[in-house]
Amino acid sequence: MQNYNLTHLEQLESEAIFILRETAAQFERPGLLFSGGKDSIVMAHLAAKAFNPAKIPFPFVHVDTGHNFPETIEFRDKFIAEQGVQLIVGSVQDSIDRGTAMEESGPNASRNALQSVTLLETIEKESLDACLGGGRRDEEKARAKERFFSHRDAFGQWDPKNQRPELWNLFNGRKSPGENFRVFPLSNWTEMDVWQYAKIENIELPNLYFCHEREVIDRNGSLLAVSEFVTPRENENPSKQTVRFRTIGDATCTGAVQSNASDLDEVIAEVAASRVTERGSRADDRRSEAAMEDRKKQGYF
Amino acid sequence: MTEQNSYLDMDLLRFTTAGSVDDGKSTLIGRLFHDTKAIFEDQLEAIEKSSKQRGDEHVNLALLTDGLRAEREQGITIDVAYRYFATPKRKFIIADTPGHIQYTRNMVTGASTANLALILVDARNGVVEQTRRHTFIADLLGIKHIAVCVNKMDLVGYEEEAYEKVLQQYTDFASRLENVTDLTFIPISALKGDNIVDRSENMSWYKGPPLLYHLENIYVGSDSNHVDARFPVQWVIRPHSDEHHDFRGFSGRVAGGVFKTGDEVTILPSGFSTKISKILKGDEEIDEAFHPQSVTILLEDEIDVSRGDMIVKPNNQPKISQDVDAFICWFSGTKKLTKGGKFIFRHTTKEAQAIVADIRYKVNVNSLRKMEDAESFDMNDIGRISLRISQPVFHDSYRRNRNTGSFILVDPFTNETLAAGMLR
Ligand SMILES: Nc1nc2c(ncn2[C@@H]2O[C@H](COP(=O)(O)OP(=O)(O)OP(=O)(O)O)[C@@H](O)[C@H]2O)c(=O)[nH]1
Ligand SMILES: [Mg+2]
Repeated sequence: MQNYNLTHLEQLESEAIFILRETAAQFERPGLLFSGGKDSIVMAHLAAKAFNPAKIPFPFVHVDTGHNFPETIEFRDKFIAEQGVQLIVGSVQDSIDRGTAMEESGPNASRNALQSVTLLETIEKESLDACLGGGRRDEEKARAKERFFSHRDAFGQWDPKNQRPELWNLFNGRKSPGENFRVFPLSNWTEMDVWQYAKIENIELPNLYFCHEREVIDRNGSLLAVSEFVTPRENENPSKQTVRFRTIGDATCTGAVQSNASDLDEVIAEVAASRVTERGSRADDRRSEAAMEDRKKQGYF
Repeated sequence: MTEQNSYLDMDLLRFTTAGSVDDGKSTLIGRLFHDTKAIFEDQLEAIEKSSKQRGDEHVNLALLTDGLRAEREQGITIDVAYRYFATPKRKFIIADTPGHIQYTRNMVTGASTANLALILVDARNGVVEQTRRHTFIADLLGIKHIAVCVNKMDLVGYEEEAYEKVLQQYTDFASRLENVTDLTFIPISALKGDNIVDRSENMSWYKGPPLLYHLENIYVGSDSNHVDARFPVQWVIRPHSDEHHDFRGFSGRVAGGVFKTGDEVTILPSGFSTKISKILKGDEEIDEAFHPQSVTILLEDEIDVSRGDMIVKPNNQPKISQDVDAFICWFSGTKKLTKGGKFIFRHTTKEAQAIVADIRYKVNVNSLRKMEDAESFDMNDIGRISLRISQPVFHDSYRRNRNTGSFILVDPFTNETLAAGMLR
């Protein structure tokens, strides 16, 4: 008798593909938020599977803070060319120039929060009615509360106290004009699942995720890469270290970790032994207890 | 390497917490994570810091799942939190749900995908209405395994008597349920960690295993139906490219049974029959597909098939009818369900209109008695209704297949999800 069981990764894959197809079917103009980070790469890989042999039936959207690691943009452009999809870039710099967003000032200034402004502007300009995000519930305590189909009102706001019930595999994507959805196909994946899946599927990831030598400074407990966006302050001593990134975001607030993991097997072993969450190295979440929830309410990813 | 292989082969248990407000559900999940070292250092630090700020006497482990600002302010859970952890034996997806009656809809959300429910009962208060409501809902949802955690044993001096009393009360109630086949009782203290990961020294009279052992070892057979082949078409793949000019594939997730290449199939509602020429999983060709795989099916003949249609086997067809009979849980606090009410009916990949043809009865969750004179459903009411649907619905009873037997009702004006339904 045949064994009709799926491993948990196969179940997660099937679930994510179901969500991706459901998004294509229920919305008129979805977009896939592509940051060049591992979660969005895995999501894009799943989207390619979901619609094979047709092309992915929606554009990719990159909200560009202008503070990128050059490797990210290189990887992004190569990936987009391979997939043959359209890329929409929403630029935070443009929002600042237009005067709709204002650069933060002060010692820990970051463009992270400004991304929400640019994202909402891009959604409006491109008439996107659903944005697929690579967010996972295991990342953060407010994310742990979010639905697969997460409703946003006409101001782009999330109302965490009043989410729609989401039952079984039935997803309610109905909305009034001006409202939209965020959809998270990887909701039930953990960081470990993403790495394991990347390994068994042979998914190519940016080199930033593997160990390399880099000039870093220690700022409030985060190892930040020295670059044109992060310059050492008086009391900070840059040093060359062997590091890698667990998440890739804005270069001004994504911390590196010391690591010798040079391939997926070693990364997996490292993640398994790790005692801090991947977001532990991100300054944006450390700002306050409800930093993520507050940003999400305002339209963050 | 072996460790990795075992990670890939591990099976998955989805469970939900349930029970009345403040009975200790979130604390229990926090404790489970803490005692299995599944809390990360930065998470624990953050929790310790918040607890101190709030002036809590102990490190408040409920803060691991109570992540929303409003939850922390009020000290209650409002919406379901999903948490993940793995032991060498199993991988777990946990839904920590709210006990407050106002948020019952969120408890149903968490429980709808669970195979096992942990029902918490405060040893001092015993079984209360909300314990019964959640138990009844878990049963309606088809959850077969219930573990009743008699909590806060530290507050009753770890006395067996208090535990026995709850056990008796709960067993009396549960004997009237239909689906639950496996009922286990464990005396615990979520706060102090008794009988969570390790056996408690404070309750030597209890001979059973601690909770984690139970969760790791309980046999939960698959709730998949591998008999009745059902494939609701979700999306039609038509590449507009020269290379795949004639390609027409029907994508979806197998909702039941097994489909093999060469199988004869019937398309609903058209009734046309043809054969499966190919099955794709991503870009890989496979010989057979089963629940819950997401695949793409290609057919031998050109037949008109679109989203909402269903591919089945000629000799095993679902019920096809515009009149359906169902159990529902009503969620809305602003809108009532009354006879003649019109809603959007969402079932598998199909959306249609529905009119309430009849309200049969509501159920009193305390006595499980039927109230046949009911005229409307208010928030948290549970009962049986008949619906007339604008198109034929291809369905099975919920008991036979969760995927083809479940539906939701949506408000055509506000687009809110108003009710969860289980077809008879
Ligand atoms: N003494 C004692 N107190 C406990 C125990 N378990 C939980 N508590 C306390 O009971 C209170 C409520 O606990 P929670 O875990 O938030 O309860 P809950 O069931 O999650 O509540 P809701 O999610 O709002 O329904 C908190 O103050 C806990 O510290 C226990 O075993 N012993
Ligand atoms: Mg709680």
